[in-house]
Amino acid sequence: MSWAPLVLSLEIATLAMLVSLIIGTALAVLLDSRRVPGREVIYSVALTPLVLPPTVLGYYLLVVLGGTSFIGRAFHAVTGSQITFTFTGAVIAAAIGSLPFVVRSARVGLESVDPDLRDAARTLGASPLRVLFTVTLPLAAPAIFAGGMLAFARALGDYGTTQMVAGQLIDHTSTASVYVMNELYAGRDDAARNMAIATTIVGVTLLYVANRLVKRFSRAHV
Amino acid sequence: MTLSRGELAIDVELVCPPGITCLMGPSGAGKSTILGVLAGLTLPTAGTVRVGDETWLDRANGVDVPVHERRLSYVFQGLALFPHMTAQKNVEYGMHDLPPAQRAEKALALLDRMGVKSLAQRRPRTLSGGERQRVALARALGRQPRLMLLDEPFSALDQALRDQLGALVKDLVAELKIPLLHVTHSLEEAKQLGERIVRIESGRVVTQGSGKSGP
Repeated sequence: MSWAPLVLSLEIATLAMLVSLIIGTALAVLLDSRRVPGREVIYSVALTPLVLPPTVLGYYLLVVLGGTSFIGRAFHAVTGSQITFTFTGAVIAAAIGSLPFVVRSARVGLESVDPDLRDAARTLGASPLRVLFTVTLPLAAPAIFAGGMLAFARALGDYGTTQMVAGQLIDHTSTASVYVMNELYAGRDDAARNMAIATTIVGVTLLYVANRLVKRFSRAHV
Repeated sequence: MTLSRGELAIDVELVCPPGITCLMGPSGAGKSTILGVLAGLTLPTAGTVRVGDETWLDRANGVDVPVHERRLSYVFQGLALFPHMTAQKNVEYGMHDLPPAQRAEKALALLDRMGVKSLAQRRPRTLSGGERQRVALARALGRQPRLMLLDEPFSALDQALRDQLGALVKDLVAELKIPLLHVTHSLEEAKQLGERIVRIESGRVVTQGSGKSGP
């Protein structure tokens, strides 16, 4: 059995988590501002991947990021390669599928910060950006990290979206979940079982460690 | 200033010379909202806020200095100490225009003045109510304010501690020679602290007088 699919899955899940953490947190900060019109509409759109079947989400991404799309052509003009059926495509697909977990957790985290603390920072001369980076985000960090963990779990376990957007180019974009399916269909039950067990052990261990770290951080933090 | 808050319409004119002015009145009279307007946290429908030669708010002429540019300090009812920072870092927060070494030195000096220097490295949740009040006062002073606003910060303390901190505030304001607006429910506290007492009811000034004579 090759470990490459598991390593690839971990790489994709880690990068997707980082991307969704950055974009999801930025989006939640934007939604936290009363000045942004249509906040609830934006929020609902950001959560859409939660309610869509993964293959449907994958289909939309194929249409938006495919070689004939505007984004696909622009990406090709700049980098010389395409987005779909590549490692980049797999990361983007996993990140978009994971985004709702970060947006939701980060929004709840930001809303839970006592408004008096933000006001106190402002009266102490802090600009809105300084309030954000020194008070609001540090206090919301445990919730944001918890969202990041869920994003990682979602990205690691994804099958449908990745299959649609990145396909199954062996050793390039065949993730652990795709590999299990391929091996099963090919009649190699042992390889499918071993990969399933390895993915479960690695996934659960990583989430356990991350959960402990977040708890320790939260306790030390506040 | 004039503004409406739900069913409450606030319409007041206050002149606060250096020293302590106590705002008294029943709950919902608009005392905290008035502090919010002075701080820039609440925008009134009309009004002006002037501190010394600076105009912080003049609705008629479109002037509204952002909160962080108004040189004031606000001690909230719940104190609003940053829970993720030590007492010293809380005090240093308002001194961002100073170099770090100077900030630390000044913060420690203020904590010392408040009698809590030994607690400089402790987080707020590990401090008692009285200790937290002292850290909050030190933080407010660190900003070198031109106006101080205190929104019932002593309400949760016992009488002895209240007297102690009240005396400390009185000394500090006498030294700084700045106006301080202190919101309180207690007439006794207002008489003990305030050089002037203003009584607010339903968003309007009903009486005002010196601390000795009462409102």
